[in-house]
Amino acid sequence: MSTISSTLLEERKDQIHRTGEGAIDIACNRESLAGAVSQRACVFCGSRVVLYPIADALHLVHGPIGCAVYTWDIRGSLSSGPELHRLSFSTDLQETDVIFGGEKKLEAALDELIDRHSPKAAFVYSTCIVGLIGDDLEAVCRKMAEKKGIPVLPVMSEGFKGNKRAGYLAACNAMFRLVGTGDTTDISPVSINIFGDFNLAGEIWIIREYFERMGVQVVANVTGDGRVADIGRCHSAALNLVQCSGATQDLAKMLEEKYGTPFKRVSYLGIEDMAESLYKVADFFKDRDPGIVERTQTLVRDELSRLMPELARYRRDLEGKKVAMYVGGSFKAFSLVKAFRHLGMKVVMVGSQTGTSEDYAELAEITDPGTVIIDDANPLELSHFIKEKDVDVFVGGVKERPIAFKLGVGFCDHNHERKEALEGFSGMLNFAREIHSSVMSPVWRFVPRRAGRAEAVRKEAVNE
Amino acid sequence: MSKVKAARPNFVSTTNACKLCTPLGASLAFRGVEGAIPFLHGSQGCATYMRRYIISHFREPVDIASSALGEKNAIYGGGPNLKKGILNVMKKYEPQLIGVATTCLTETIGDDVPMYFNEFYKEFGDLDLPELVRVSTPSYNGTHTDGWHGAVRSLVEQLCLEKAAPTGRVNILPNMVSCEDVRHLRDICDHFGIGATILPDISETLDGPALEDYVKIPEGGTPIRDIKAMSGAEATIEFGRCLPARTGGSSLEERFGVPNHRLGLPMGLRESDRFFEALEDISGTPLPRRYELERGRLVDAYVDGHKYVFGKRAVVYGEEDLVVGLCAFLSEIGVDVVLAGTGSRGKGLEEAVARVTDGVARVAPEVREGVDFHDIAAEAGELAPDLLVGHSKGYRYAKEWGVPLVRVGFPIHDRFGGQRIRTVGYGGAQALFDRVVNAVIGKKQSDSSIGYGYI
Ligand code: SF4
Ligand code: SF4
Repeated sequence: MSTISSTLLEERKDQIHRTGEGAIDIACNRESLAGAVSQRACVFCGSRVVLYPIADALHLVHGPIGCAVYTWDIRGSLSSGPELHRLSFSTDLQETDVIFGGEKKLEAALDELIDRHSPKAAFVYSTCIVGLIGDDLEAVCRKMAEKKGIPVLPVMSEGFKGNKRAGYLAACNAMFRLVGTGDTTDISPVSINIFGDFNLAGEIWIIREYFERMGVQVVANVTGDGRVADIGRCHSAALNLVQCSGATQDLAKMLEEKYGTPFKRVSYLGIEDMAESLYKVADFFKDRDPGIVERTQTLVRDELSRLMPELARYRRDLEGKKVAMYVGGSFKAFSLVKAFRHLGMKVVMVGSQTGTSEDYAELAEITDPGTVIIDDANPLELSHFIKEKDVDVFVGGVKERPIAFKLGVGFCDHNHERKEALEGFSGMLNFAREIHSSVMSPVWRFVPRRAGRAEAVRKEAVNE
Repeated sequence: MSKVKAARPNFVSTTNACKLCTPLGASLAFRGVEGAIPFLHGSQGCATYMRRYIISHFREPVDIASSALGEKNAIYGGGPNLKKGILNVMKKYEPQLIGVATTCLTETIGDDVPMYFNEFYKEFGDLDLPELVRVSTPSYNGTHTDGWHGAVRSLVEQLCLEKAAPTGRVNILPNMVSCEDVRHLRDICDHFGIGATILPDISETLDGPALEDYVKIPEGGTPIRDIKAMSGAEATIEFGRCLPARTGGSSLEERFGVPNHRLGLPMGLRESDRFFEALEDISGTPLPRRYELERGRLVDAYVDGHKYVFGKRAVVYGEEDLVVGLCAFLSEIGVDVVLAGTGSRGKGLEEAVARVTDGVARVAPEVREGVDFHDIAAEAGELAPDLLVGHSKGYRYAKEWGVPLVRVGFPIHDRFGGQRIRTVGYGGAQALFDRVVNAVIGKKQSDSSIGYGYI
């Protein structure tokens, strides 16, 4: 078996912490280490993730073909109307463009595509190479916006200019240009914008329904099932709710600064965080709408009375099982840690691609002693800790799945590609069901690692 | 004769591309070498995206290292990061070989990888260094198949440097076939009694067994010493009618006089016949009885099933050589290929399709190079296909048109077992034939209001 020293690179030691072992001081938001096989993507990826679900906009990737192809319809973001976001558009730069510049081609592409699809706006993403050849995206976009009469928005997302977080900011900058352009006359004083939900598997529809039951108007979904016009008028909502990883937190801050709209961080994952998020909103509006608190209590009570007995059934099997997770944003990790407690399970490792030092400090506070906290991990480190902690189930994304499976460990996809709704109270049930169906599957007993151990235990018993 | 229409003279943008980028092909090929790890010289995003993409097809861990260039490196050059990255990979993975592919970024800034390698050898020559192989893979200059063939050629040219003693073996450069196909090719050679060096061999490295522990680099792959000995082989067989002029096979022929047989992918009866004939020639062994039987069963099946598929109209798309193979196969079972499309250009797809369908196909396939799915879809009404044959990305169109999709190639993201799809040899033709016939029958069955349980 490989030793820890061969698995962990010296330069990465300060990006790993164990809860309870001294003060937490994790290095984060660093550039990924060369040769470390980071699980992270790039700035472009960050922007693409955030803006992707705006369904009536054209998303044109300015660059060579790969960046566009690898992001073609890989997310589970659903739309209740147009589906322009599910197509993959690229300027498909060729060698001559790299030499002579790609501005002409970009212009021609926008011309062609805007005529063909009549989008409400166009987002133009710059990729690494565009940053190098120096195309003036801003100028082309301005020109095309005038010509076509729709907003054409540059997204400055050259891949090498930082990590995913920088991409979030680039996306928010682009969206902020839309804000303030729409009609706001019918917006109620009891109204919100939902930020940071991407409507994976229709999750935003679950959440919107809760707010509607509470009597709250939802002005804009940013960006799940998103529409350009809604973003244009979202500055008149009374409150912004920013969920999870903070991908859209920058936009909320911009709105606060310019329009004075307050924002609250929420999470729709797990029972406690879901309920707490709804109560936060009720509390915020209770002066304007005194009935809202009671309506919210009823809602939560109804949902829980349906959910709890079912959860208890799963809990019986799952009690004491061990979990590791590696997620994009660390905020999601907080909710998951709590959600797993409801299932009686123990979280033994938490990692994220883009956590901040405050995030990690908070994680250290809410996790049990001995829990491994890790920033910007890679396959060898992940497999090392899965084995060390003898994990039963791993939560992560597509790139983490085969690592867990090779080690004979259950897995739950909790990323942008999921096709199963995991948010809200009904989502918690789906989540529990999925965890249960993986952990309790009989297949693990055939996996060599477990089979070998079972055999060793049996032999020992016979010897005695 | 087949006709080629110029794909969009006013080409400006791509919608739903029918190709992938060059370093992805190189990474896949490097994954088929024993103890090797692919390394992309560029920014982190490319490597991560490609890993994600490859993993969802093979469902295996796919570690691709990156030099993770940031803004400063993009300006001052990526040499220091490349070297540091190689050292880190050496430390953690202890590879026998690191396959370095460039990306658009490093190609554009003009990073000189050979020079960095020389510096690296000088600086760290006292360490126990792995083999370093490099390939130049700017994506604005080709597709993933160029990356694949480029990596194979680089492996041969940078590892096989001198004439080896005669090995009595045959080199097989199989092109982008599935893991199952590689296993099948190996079995065939075994049954002929010839040792084969298959390069690359992804059969185990991208379709590995469940193991006791997580292995850093999966077992399997073409052994490096075998690659070094390729110059001593009896012959090389490389599959592909759309290959670049210079390939691994041509390089071995030029430099060491190893005869190079360039055949089409052995798909369908006739292209497989050519492969088996070549093996008979090279080995001096007549066709083993098991393949005689396989061939016989295939012809028998063709006869049994011909009425279900005759005159059905198929749209075929994907890697150029796969498209050629599919055209060869479909034309011989009486399916009319109404459109054969690929995302790449200038690979001679038109001539290749004509060669494998002439005299058999009733309708000369319409051939399109440099197309995307938007182009293909624009003609769907006119084409009125009964069937799509290609990778997963055609599914939304198949669904829209209400026709079945027979999945083959890369990527298969929406079905299980893409790495185990068999297409080569008589056995591969049999598997494909059964799937095509059943797709047609299934469509007929589900379109009918009567629950036929007997068709
Ligand atoms: S920059 Fe080039 S190599 Fe990287 S993903 Fe894009 S097309 Fe592929
Ligand atoms: S080229 Fe740049 S923007 Fe595109 S995937 Fe690679 S790192 Fe990201």
